[in-house]
Amino acid sequence: MRLNLTVNGRAMTADDVWEGESLLYVLRERLGLPGSKNACEQGECGSCTVYLDRVPVCACLVAAGQAQDREVGTVEGLADGEELSTVQRAFIDEGAVQCGFCTPGLLVAADDLIERVPEPSDAEIREALAGNLCRCTGYEKIMAAVRTAAERSGGTSGSGSSAGGDRT
Amino acid sequence: MTGATRATSPGPERIEGHAKVTGTARYAFEHPVADPLYLHPLRATIARGRVTSVDTTAAERVDGVRLVLTHHNAEALVPIGDPELAVLQSDEIAFRGQLIGAVVAETQESAAHAADLVEIRYERMAHDSDFRDDADIVYTPDADASPMLSPDLEEGDVDAALADAAFTVDATYTTPTEHHNPLEPHAVIAAWDDDGLTLHDSNQGSHLVRDLIAPLFGVDKERVSVISPHVGGAFGSKGMPHGHVALTALAARHTAGRPVKYALSRTQMFELVGYRPPTRQRVRLGADREGRLVATEHDSLEQTSRFKQYAEQSASASREMYTSPNRRVTNRLAALDVPAPTWMRAPGEAGGMYALESAMDELAVSAGIDPVELRLRNEPEVAPVSGLPFSSRNLPACLREGAERFGWHERDPRPGVRREGDWLVGTGVAASSFPSLFFPGSLATIRHESGGKYRVEIGAVDIGTGSRTALTQLAAEALEVPVEAVELWLGSTEQPHASLAGGSAGTASWGSTVVEAVRAFRTEHGHDPVSGAETTAGAGKNPDAGEYAMHSYGAQFAEVRVNADTGEVRVPRMLGVFAAGRIVNPRTARSQFLGGMTMGISMALHEHSVVDERFGHVVNHDLAGYHIAGNADVGSVEVDWIDEHDPHVNPVGVKGIGEIGIVGTAAAIGNAAHHATGVRVRDLPLTPEKFLR
Amino acid sequence: MKPFDYQRATDADSAISLVSGDPEARYIGGGTNLVDHMKLGIAEPGKLVDITRLPYDSVESLPDGRVRIGATVRNSDLAAEPVIRQRYPVLAQALLSGASGQLRNLATTGGNLLQRTRCSYFQDVTTPCNKREPGSGCSALEGWNRHHAVLGASERCVATHPSDMAVALAALDADVLVEGPDGQRTVPVTELHRLPGDEPERDTVLRHGELVTAVELPSLPFASRSRYRKVRDRASFAFALVSVAAAVELVEGTITDVRIALGGLAHKPWRATEAERVLRGAPATEETFRAAADAELAAARTLRDNEFKVPMTRNTLASVLRELTRQEGS
Repeated sequence: MRLNLTVNGRAMTADDVWEGESLLYVLRERLGLPGSKNACEQGECGSCTVYLDRVPVCACLVAAGQAQDREVGTVEGLADGEELSTVQRAFIDEGAVQCGFCTPGLLVAADDLIERVPEPSDAEIREALAGNLCRCTGYEKIMAAVRTAAERSGGTSGSGSSAGGDRT
Repeated sequence: MTGATRATSPGPERIEGHAKVTGTARYAFEHPVADPLYLHPLRATIARGRVTSVDTTAAERVDGVRLVLTHHNAEALVPIGDPELAVLQSDEIAFRGQLIGAVVAETQESAAHAADLVEIRYERMAHDSDFRDDADIVYTPDADASPMLSPDLEEGDVDAALADAAFTVDATYTTPTEHHNPLEPHAVIAAWDDDGLTLHDSNQGSHLVRDLIAPLFGVDKERVSVISPHVGGAFGSKGMPHGHVALTALAARHTAGRPVKYALSRTQMFELVGYRPPTRQRVRLGADREGRLVATEHDSLEQTSRFKQYAEQSASASREMYTSPNRRVTNRLAALDVPAPTWMRAPGEAGGMYALESAMDELAVSAGIDPVELRLRNEPEVAPVSGLPFSSRNLPACLREGAERFGWHERDPRPGVRREGDWLVGTGVAASSFPSLFFPGSLATIRHESGGKYRVEIGAVDIGTGSRTALTQLAAEALEVPVEAVELWLGSTEQPHASLAGGSAGTASWGSTVVEAVRAFRTEHGHDPVSGAETTAGAGKNPDAGEYAMHSYGAQFAEVRVNADTGEVRVPRMLGVFAAGRIVNPRTARSQFLGGMTMGISMALHEHSVVDERFGHVVNHDLAGYHIAGNADVGSVEVDWIDEHDPHVNPVGVKGIGEIGIVGTAAAIGNAAHHATGVRVRDLPLTPEKFLR
Repeated sequence: MKPFDYQRATDADSAISLVSGDPEARYIGGGTNLVDHMKLGIAEPGKLVDITRLPYDSVESLPDGRVRIGATVRNSDLAAEPVIRQRYPVLAQALLSGASGQLRNLATTGGNLLQRTRCSYFQDVTTPCNKREPGSGCSALEGWNRHHAVLGASERCVATHPSDMAVALAALDADVLVEGPDGQRTVPVTELHRLPGDEPERDTVLRHGELVTAVELPSLPFASRSRYRKVRDRASFAFALVSVAAAVELVEGTITDVRIALGGLAHKPWRATEAERVLRGAPATEETFRAAADAELAAARTLRDNEFKVPMTRNTLASVLRELTRQEGS
């Protein structure tokens, strides 16, 4: 099939796409956008999280055919040109990036969280990011980055106002 | 936890952070290559036997299929003594899931589809995959076979001392098979051309991959390039190249120069890239009335593979940890028809210290002595077995500082008496230790570019730990220039030879190399070098090697809550205080400690590769079945360290921090769970049913 | 993955005729289960009919007090619906305890109901499984069966149903609206899923080509005091070891009405009718709760690795009832 979709605001087309391959494969292997990662292929790790019609989903479980004419947003589209987005900047500042393989999916999930819940509590952050596994950082830095991003976005992160946050 | 640490400066930010948050850092599978083909492996569905026939007719008819490779048409490789790399060299099957062929096609999906259509017949032979203590399968590894092995230790009279001891513990602990599961699956792109072989590969040592793959194909090392600028985690599983690298390079021999790409599926990673072997460990401790150890016995049994021996010697954790006049330490292996185990974060120490530090807690309970105090009373003055002085040993400082910070002195020692709502609450402690290693043989090139800039090259791999950042800092410091004036190149065989990223020895080994290379550069070119001035040098032998016992230490404190109705276990709070020599970059170092402790929480609560011995494979072989700790499983984790200046370990004073964070964590959590409930669980992981009444 | 034909349906009639006329055809909704199964080689449909654009994406409050949930309503949207949160908290809690945010954003009401077991052997085409390949044997019966059934299982299959949502729906006495080539019918959700018996390959009573179009919740005023409690290995993002969905009506310390369903215990969401019988009309005491749990679990048959499910269920059910009756009294 010929797949037409909008990725990061740009209309894109891929030819000879098999309807059953994943949106993730299309992005990575056909459209030259390997930012979204393939780490489990079954929606269990969140590394492939992308926006699909503005809602974060696991791109590995979206069949290409189902992505026809839809709008996709990936980690490559978070920055505004050279200007990093708030979550991207916060992840660097707080040292929330280590091997970097879970990072793209986490950034999309965190970006969505702060959009929906401007002042997330620690419990809300942990639950919202439960679908994004990280094997290196140990999450503490990711929590700090999301709190910082929320603060910089105008919200004051609920219980994360002091070091340590709540002890759930 | 930010803010509550002693570090005054967080350290420079991660150099490749920008590339990683924008999705532009290229991992192995992502290197743009022209006209690639995709590989899907064929794998054995029996645990032992041989392939009797392969019918590839249907697979070859699938649109886009370019090659079906099996032992019938694979070329002969040069035997280099590593059975994992000798793929498709015979019809023999030594474990379930073994690589027995490959399909190469224009797309990943057509390769996978065609692979399903290959018909393979087997002659099945009886297999044994059941880990147990049985004379049929148990043996003593030859201590000369590897530097990781040590012979049994027998000092004094353990049995007599135990008989006379005021307090004793005799307990058996088990740890399960665990898989590394770095987020980035092992991946490789292989392409042959007139110049030789190029591998874009996810590994812990590009030079090591080259040094093994080149002779395997009978080509000069110079004709193999291995490129690995970014690696998405490894934890030991990418330490040695595994069969998939050989298989992909083998397949690429048939594609007329077209690159062949292969990324393992998560499920394949449970069979093809190693694992932490299960252990069964018996620990016997005896102490006098004051809690001083009079006898220590630690006997470990670990699984290995008949296909390829691996031993990590868990019991050796008890050799130099505490003083004890009588001591027996033995390590045994049980050989089975299973995939080969390999190093996994703190191999030996992670499991061994779980057993020893759990036993120490049991001793503290039976002797009625505070567990922190018990450890302090057994602090040795010199390394107990070797008799060597310690290069530095600050375990007592870690324990005292940690106890203070954690609020340990308020602890009521009685188990099972604190309840908040539905939750039983307890706290626990354990010590950590990991050897400070130095791998020789690395070289670095220092080059003065125009405008006061320096180019530093070393063929090390940054597996996500922050090596790129730490080495840039160390180079800048040695050159006495700002960090911005140094451009560091690493991650491939284009750069000078570097040792493996492992053993927590990266910064120590490569940092020393860079610093020594800078010294050599200054000697050769002075402090006002011309543009293009260049020196390549390495670190010499450490004169203190063999003169001192060199280890990092730590103390881990945990608060655990166990649900009284359901047995669910939560870890709302942990504190780790470490003494690990010089901390080069507090920002990336903290993340390493935190990551290690979190993997320790995961080891304590979740990780368990379940082997169905009838089939011989891990049945929960994906991230839905094999749980690693998620964000919601981790509460507040605090990390701090003791300022430690160790002039003996290496020229940069670094002891290594990649592994110690996981050592002791599971014991601290298990000890806290006992304090919460009064139930002593000796088998990891601490799943809810083990606490149900 | 096997090649297949893909079509996007625009109305129910054409979707149904596309699937019912072709034994190899399947509906696809959010894809979270089916796409995974296609990758694993468990499902090899010849044709996929995408139903996500059918007009079943709304939640309506009906005049008679019932609530109709369209089959393509996303799990995340359903959990956020004010009418669900207020009138049926057990359902909102069950939805939010399932999977992760990213998966709830894809998964649909109909797809969630029809998801298949997560039995490791079912998901591994290299091991025998009667559900996947009838007659090949059950690997779990004497294998690793920690997650498997203790109620209603057979010698052929000991798998459990993985849905949280379906457990809440079973407790609420929801109805499933189905359209097929022979017209419409309504199936109580408690009768939608089957016990394995001699045909473990059949998860539900649906016939080929039948399409779930909606789920209807009865009015059930006391469901505003309801609760879903899921016990799992991880604090979030794990399938249930056991789960309890319950709603209690309490009048002056006596349980006047009650609905209970259990998850993680059987091939279907397990409606706890025996427990309800003991509880109805009884005083809200610990003794009653324990007696109710024991009555329901009397028929439990455990396997090598899942004995813990009996005490875990007993304790969890008692804990939920305690909480609900305490809540009512305070």
